Amino acid sequence: MSRYCLPDVAASVTDVLIRSQIPAGSRVLDLGCGDGRLLSMLRDGHQCDILGVELDRERMLGAIGQGVPVLQADLDEGVPDIPSDSFDFAVLSQTLQEVRHPKRVLQEMLRVARRALVVVPNFGHWRVRMQVILHGRTPVTQQLPYEWFNTPNLHFMSMPDFRDLAGRLNTTIVKELPIIHGRAVDNAWLANLRAESALYVLERNGLPIGA
Amino acid sequence: MTELLEEAPPVDERSVGMTETHHSTLFEPPSELRLGCRSKFGPVTVAWETYGELSPARDNAIFICHALTGDAHAAGWHANAKKPGWWDGFIGPGKGVDTNKYFVICANILGGCMGTTGPGSINPETGERFCRDFPVITVGDMVEVHAELVRSFGIERLLAVVGGSLGGMQVLEWAARFPDRLDAAVVLASAANMSAQGIAFNAVGRRAIVTDPQYNAGKYYGEAGPRYGLALARMVAHITYLSEASIERKFGRRLQDSEELAYSLLRETEFQVESYLHYQGKRFVERFDANSYLYLTKAMDYFNLADSYGSLANALGRTDAHFLVISYSSDWLFPSSQSREIVRALLERRRHVTFAEFDSPFGHDSFLIDVEGLEKMVVPFLHRTLETRRKKESGVSRQESGEKPSE
Repeated sequence: MSRYCLPDVAASVTDVLIRSQIPAGSRVLDLGCGDGRLLSMLRDGHQCDILGVELDRERMLGAIGQGVPVLQADLDEGVPDIPSDSFDFAVLSQTLQEVRHPKRVLQEMLRVARRALVVVPNFGHWRVRMQVILHGRTPVTQQLPYEWFNTPNLHFMSMPDFRDLAGRLNTTIVKELPIIHGRAVDNAWLANLRAESALYVLERNGLPIGA
Repeated sequence: MTELLEEAPPVDERSVGMTETHHSTLFEPPSELRLGCRSKFGPVTVAWETYGELSPARDNAIFICHALTGDAHAAGWHANAKKPGWWDGFIGPGKGVDTNKYFVICANILGGCMGTTGPGSINPETGERFCRDFPVITVGDMVEVHAELVRSFGIERLLAVVGGSLGGMQVLEWAARFPDRLDAAVVLASAANMSAQGIAFNAVGRRAIVTDPQYNAGKYYGEAGPRYGLALARMVAHITYLSEASIERKFGRRLQDSEELAYSLLRETEFQVESYLHYQGKRFVERFDANSYLYLTKAMDYFNLADSYGSLANALGRTDAHFLVISYSSDWLFPSSQSREIVRALLERRRHVTFAEFDSPFGHDSFLIDVEGLEKMVVPFLHRTLETRRKKESGVSRQESGEKPSE
């Protein structure tokens, strides 16, 4: 039996999904913005005011070419140059499992923005569970050729795990969208077994909702 | 192989070729320049060079601001020169600032000694050199002069203003003083104010000059002048442009002309690094005027955008220009923290800013040396700036002519 790899949601699907959660005209910070694809889409089609953060120089050059303003920074060191409360949304897509301190990164997101929009892989998926139980193998996601010894994934979280962390941060989960077979399914049945990823919108407690 | 090279020296296809410095006279009385120190000054001669072609719409002009001891000759070659312009690696056809696409202007700063009016120029009122009668100038005054030069070329709005170090300070001043006259600002290894450490080093340099017995209260023209003082000022300053790692790598403890230590006080150029600094000092004296050095370092020390505009956010918050701010990890004269200060002020006012810290080992001078890394980032940045401007202007002209913009 070939090894199961948790599929990464196609970037274009995630982008569309993220955009659907962001009202037009919002101020959006994308952490790990890559070549600025999501942000330039939000700027051009959604009139958003945008800023990206990216560590990788080559990807950053792509963002510059798109006219996306971008700060080169390591998420694990925070984004101290960005003033508190200066964005409506801070987006972190498929990256939380790769940072050293996910809790700190989430806290930083909620410092600079009212709402954090996070897409995370769900290692609670039934095939990941089977693989661990039956084959005793570490879960890997589809981004081949990563193995346990060179994967960028440092943390393996499931949907309840993420909810637990959100609860510890004094936030409200205003949206939870499981992604099953590349499609967002609201209120999915047995989501933690079936979803390969999930999108969350967190909001700091005590702040008004909506712009 | 060697013979071939001797017969036909390699031609650099990415060079702007032979260039010449031109001169313009601005601020003729009664339209004198109003200085930061509140006095009036004029006329002012400005030395400048241009590369590339100005587009018919005059929308592709980039102004290059030079650093403390630079000049208008940024790229290409002068007749009989041993070296090209000071930023030749960065400016030229297909280079970081691509002269196939952009019209590039570089001019010597006010107070300098490379063709623009400075303390060594003749005072038209007395027929003598200004010497210390030259007014104390600011970075703002330098920018006023260059802005007038650009206007005299018929260019209302620059595509970009680009500079490093003192040049970067000028870029910031451009953005603060003329917020509607630039689309982009590229600020390299610079700061919104001179740090205490920077002032300290400048003070040592000035002290070396004015305590030289040949300084003669600034009236030394036609004589030897404060050669030792100026050389010493340059030696100290030059150390601040390097990094511990780059000095170590370039020289280590290697000796210049011998295998063994001489144990002699008379051997002043025993270590390679000593010899190098002496050489730098000597060469500098040949090309630079001590009075200019005093005036320009003082202008740098006075530079403090936050002070001039209430706050840094106030200074930079009025322009829609897109900023590219770059610092270098090994630069201890203009450390990254000072570039981040600029970035924070811009973000506070929700301005468009891109920031990167480069890992270059060459210290403050990195922006002059590591042009490849710089080129990679500046090329897409400038390209996008021009594209955005042309898109915007074609939209405007369509609206003016009654057409609907295509969406």
